[in-house]
Amino acid sequence: MDPNSPTFIFLNAFLINNFVLAMFLGLCPFLGVSGKIKTAGNMGMAVTFVMLVSSICAFGLNVLLTRFDLEFLKLISYIAVIASAVQLVEMTVKRFSPALFRALGIFLPLITTNCAILGLALFQTAREYTFVQSLAFALGAGAGFTLALLLMAGLREKLDLADVPSVARGAALSLMIAGLLSLAFMGFAGLGG
Amino acid sequence: MSEAVQLKTSPHLRGMHSVDKIMRHVVYALIPVSLFSVMQFGLSALALIVTSVVVCVGTEHFFCKRSGKESTVSDWSAVITGLLVALILPPGFPLWMAAFAAFVSIAVGKVFFGGLGYNVFNPALVGRAFAQAAFTVPITTWTPGMAHRRFLEFIPTTLTPPFLKPDFEAFRVWVESLKIDGYSGATPLAMMKFDHVEVDTLELFLGTLASSAGESSALLILLGGFYLAFRKMLNWKIPVAVLGSAFILSGIFYLKNPEIYPSPFFTVVSGGLMLGAVFMATDMVSSPVTPIGVWIYGILIGSLTVMIRLFGGLNEGVMYAILLGNAATPLINNLTQPRIYGAIRKRKEKAV
Repeated sequence: MDPNSPTFIFLNAFLINNFVLAMFLGLCPFLGVSGKIKTAGNMGMAVTFVMLVSSICAFGLNVLLTRFDLEFLKLISYIAVIASAVQLVEMTVKRFSPALFRALGIFLPLITTNCAILGLALFQTAREYTFVQSLAFALGAGAGFTLALLLMAGLREKLDLADVPSVARGAALSLMIAGLLSLAFMGFAGLGG
Repeated sequence: MSEAVQLKTSPHLRGMHSVDKIMRHVVYALIPVSLFSVMQFGLSALALIVTSVVVCVGTEHFFCKRSGKESTVSDWSAVITGLLVALILPPGFPLWMAAFAAFVSIAVGKVFFGGLGYNVFNPALVGRAFAQAAFTVPITTWTPGMAHRRFLEFIPTTLTPPFLKPDFEAFRVWVESLKIDGYSGATPLAMMKFDHVEVDTLELFLGTLASSAGESSALLILLGGFYLAFRKMLNWKIPVAVLGSAFILSGIFYLKNPEIYPSPFFTVVSGGLMLGAVFMATDMVSSPVTPIGVWIYGILIGSLTVMIRLFGGLNEGVMYAILLGNAATPLINNLTQPRIYGAIRKRKEKAV
C-alpha cells in the first residue's frame, strides 16, 4: 500500500503505531478513564474530537509560522492555540448542544494539554503531512485511542469481579493489562508495509 | 420424615463436568500431539515439554502457597498451560528460556489476575508473546524434524546455560551434519511469505516439516479437537469460525492472485492456526459466552490471522490474533447479550 495514502496513514495511526499501545502516548487518560466501558467510549470520542481540532489548528499554525520564520515557537504556540481552541469549542458546544456537552464536556479540559494531542500536532508537522493526510492521521489516532480505551475498559470491567491478589490490585493490574495489550498489538508491526 | 425424602435447595440438576475433569480431558487430547512432537524432534522436545510443565505447575503451587490459598495444582489447568507453552515453541528452544516463558505464562498470565477463571488472556500465549518479544532470534530458529540421532542427543541450542545466548554456530554445524537436502531453516510459512514457495499441503497436514514442537501435525490436533468436541468439553463453533473465516478470506485472496497468495488449504493447515484454533482460542475463560459472540470472536481471530500473515511484517499471526480476540472478548460479550426470554427490549434511552 502507498505509505502516503490517507487510508494507510489512518491504518497506521489506528493499529500499527497506535498512540497508546505502540507509542505510549496519552497514558494518563488511558489508565484514568478506563474503568467503565460507557465513560471510556465518551472519552474516546472526546479525544478524537480534540485530535481533529488540534490537527486543523496545528496545520494552520504551521503554515503561519513557516511564513514568518518562527518555527522555534512551534511547541509553545501549539499548546496555547490548541488549548484555547478546544476551550472555545467547549463553550460553543455547551451553549448549543447541552446533550453533547454532557457526553464530552467534562473530558475536554482534561485532555487539551495531553501529550497524545501535542504529539499528534508535532508528528504531523515533522512528517510534513498535507491537510487531508493530517485529518486522516488525526482520525486514525483518535480511533486507535478509542479502541485501546474500550478494550482496556472491557477487560477492567471483567476483572472487577475477579479475585485479584492484593499486591496486584489497582494501578498494578491496569498497567499489566496495558502491557499485555501492547504485546498483542505488536502483531500489527509492519502491517501493509 | 422418612429417609427417602431429601430436602435440598436448587439447583437439582447438575452437569457432570467439573473443572478438573474437563481439564484432564484436554490433557488427554493433547497427549497424541505431544507424543508426535517427541517422536519428531526427540530428546529436545521431551525436555522442552517436561521443563515447561514442571515450571508451570511449580509456579502455580508456589504462588498459591504464598497467597495462603489452597494449591490449585490438582485442577490440571497448569499442566495444560505447560504443555501448550512447550508445543508452541521451536523444538530447539533453550530450556532456560522455555522455563522463563512458562513462569511468565502462569505468574503474569494467570496468578496475577486471580488464578483460573479470571485470566483475561490465554496464559500460554502470554508466555509465548513475552518470549517472542524477549528472545526474538531463538524463537524463530527452526530445526528439521526426524533427525536420525534425535533420541540420542539434544539439539545443541537446547542445553544453553541459563542467561546465556544460544550457540548458533554449533547449531549450524549440527544442522549441516544431518545432511538434509534443501533444508533452509525456514518454516513453510516463512518460505511462503518471503519466497512464495508453497510446500505440499498433505505433508503439512500430516506434519512432517519444520515447525514449532507441537504445531506440525494438523491431523493429530484435529483428532484431539474432535474428541473434546464430542465430549462437549469444547465449543466447536470457535474452531469452526476461526478456520472457516481464515479459509474463506485467504480463498478470496488466492483467487485474486494465486501467484503471491497461499491457497486456503495451505493457510488452514500451516503454522499454529490449527493448534491455536482448537486448543487456545477455545479457552473457556478468555472466550465469549454468548451464542453470537462466539462466532464474532472466531471470525475476528481467523481474519486477523490471515491479515497478519499476508500483509504483516511477521509470517505467523495466530498468537497475536488470539490475544487480540481475548482482549475483545468482554466487549463482544457486552454487545451480544441475548434478550432475556419474555423481556421487552428497552427503548433507547434519550440522552440524559
